[in-house]
Amino acid sequence: MSTPQPPMPQTAAPDWQAAAPGSPYPTYTSPIPVVRTHLGHAISSEWTKIRSVRSTMWTLGVFVLLVVGIGLATAALVAANQAEDSLTGQNPLSFGVFGLLLGSMCIITLGVLTTASEYGTGMIRTTMTACPSRARVLTAKAIVFFAVAFTVTFASVLLVALADVAMLKGAKDPSGGDWLKGTFGISFYIALLGLLSLVVGSIIRHSAGAVTIMIGLVLAPLVIALFMFSSALEKVRQALFDYSIPNQLGAFYSNSLSDTGPTGWDPVWIALGVTAVAFAGAVALLQKRDV
Amino acid sequence: MIELEGLTKRYGEKLAVNNLTCTVRPGMVTGFLGPNGAGKSTTMRMMLGLDRPTAGDVRIDGKHYDHLKDPLTYIGALLDAKAMHGGRSAFNHLLCLAQSNGIPKRRVAEVLDTVGLTAVAKKKAKGFSLGMGQRLGIAGALLGDPRILMFDEPVNGLDPEGIHWIRNLMKSLAAQGRTVFVSSHLMSEMALTADHLVVIGQGRLLADTSMSDFIERNSRSYIRIRSPQRERLLDVLHEAGVTVVESGSGALEVDGGKPEQIGELAAQHQIVLHELSPQQASLEEAFMQLTAESVEYHAHADTPHEPPQEPSPARQHWGDGWNRS
Repeated sequence: MSTPQPPMPQTAAPDWQAAAPGSPYPTYTSPIPVVRTHLGHAISSEWTKIRSVRSTMWTLGVFVLLVVGIGLATAALVAANQAEDSLTGQNPLSFGVFGLLLGSMCIITLGVLTTASEYGTGMIRTTMTACPSRARVLTAKAIVFFAVAFTVTFASVLLVALADVAMLKGAKDPSGGDWLKGTFGISFYIALLGLLSLVVGSIIRHSAGAVTIMIGLVLAPLVIALFMFSSALEKVRQALFDYSIPNQLGAFYSNSLSDTGPTGWDPVWIALGVTAVAFAGAVALLQKRDV
Repeated sequence: MIELEGLTKRYGEKLAVNNLTCTVRPGMVTGFLGPNGAGKSTTMRMMLGLDRPTAGDVRIDGKHYDHLKDPLTYIGALLDAKAMHGGRSAFNHLLCLAQSNGIPKRRVAEVLDTVGLTAVAKKKAKGFSLGMGQRLGIAGALLGDPRILMFDEPVNGLDPEGIHWIRNLMKSLAAQGRTVFVSSHLMSEMALTADHLVVIGQGRLLADTSMSDFIERNSRSYIRIRSPQRERLLDVLHEAGVTVVESGSGALEVDGGKPEQIGELAAQHQIVLHELSPQQASLEEAFMQLTAESVEYHAHADTPHEPPQEPSPARQHWGDGWNRS
């Protein structure tokens, strides 16, 4: 038999308010110092959670492999096969987009798993007992996930961008704005896409369902638009093309599939708006629903 | 101290918890008893702020759970053994809990040692047996060294040594002045650990009594007698002033008598006895009697068309009167 600890004298923790003499609730007094918890505690807890499961390593590992692998392979292929002057005026950073498009699936999966897997395993009940403020839990998850997703994406994208510029001599020299959008901007966008997935995971509470919804969101508009042959649907088709996520990715290199649609930093504002609305909805649902 | 006041939870048409009012006091183990589906887990989830009550209120030392600034150092709870991510190691599972409440990291090693999981601290929780998962859950409950502890079916999956350990653990926690609230559907288990009993059935409060009261009222000892000369025996016993009740199966039961006395009486009148045995009604029986009306999921015998068996009239008088308080 073992007891958790030897009985402690009542004077060990004078900071218990309720245990003060005359309190209506006389009870055990713990020797452990009492801390008023805040968002920082929730963040460090979420950081431990995200780094201590293997799915994080897998999704991010595959992400880096896809982005860097495909990015470097594309650059090498273009460098080897380019005709004289064929790259003139082209933004060399734009060749990183293929890897990112595939890699975004990994970020989406990780985002969904950060929230939805807790519902699948039952961990959410433990989490919400440890931190009864549900909005704080979701905020901490969002901050930790966004920081991880952005850091990993930015490092991978930067590596590919440097390789592109070094290998593709015929292309134009990217301006400061091109660099900012093609590395920081697109990484921010991908991390926001992951954050939206995290929020959708919290709303749907089911990993497979949430991943399906997010992949549908990325691919469906483009695929649907491809099959809209009727001229009556021309405007819908154009809008679907313009605002499809692959096309928005292209906007960061100023080479979209179409001439209309979002340009410059528009995709970031769109993603920020959508994610903010979804986040507010998720918080409202968390408050309303039973865990 | 946990105070429940008119606590009610409705899921659609079904009332899971119905106007439950009771108080769980510090310094003792309070057993929370009820058959499967009685609303025990729902009640515990509402205590922890996981489910919102439809009506009524739960207060922890006067506060709502979600107003506690340091919940884990206030209440430790074991809800179900598998409320954890299987891919995370035992150590990391406890570490993320500790961090969320600013509990020092050294406590993780301490509670792992307390529950006897130090050797598997770095192993993933999904490889754990039910009993090990239960121990990890208990470690999580003890992490903040809280003044209130809640255990939902803690003996599930534990081996005999583990059951013995958790019994002593709960008693020693209560002896330190903590509030210990433990749910179970096993009366026999509660009889060994709990000082106070709260019994619910179909979400309603059936009993709120001290364990010793419950035992006193329900541990009935009687003598069972079988005889082929039943009528004569009844007359003889009646003349001798012994109160006899007839049990359903043709046997006679005498409350509180001595077998010697009845045996001698029968011998004097040359009555043949086939059985003369002292009996002790178990607390388990008393509990089943109490909750018989409210058991939600009955197992059915092979003959489904037979009407449900009524409790025998002889048994009814001792099981139904004690919860009037």
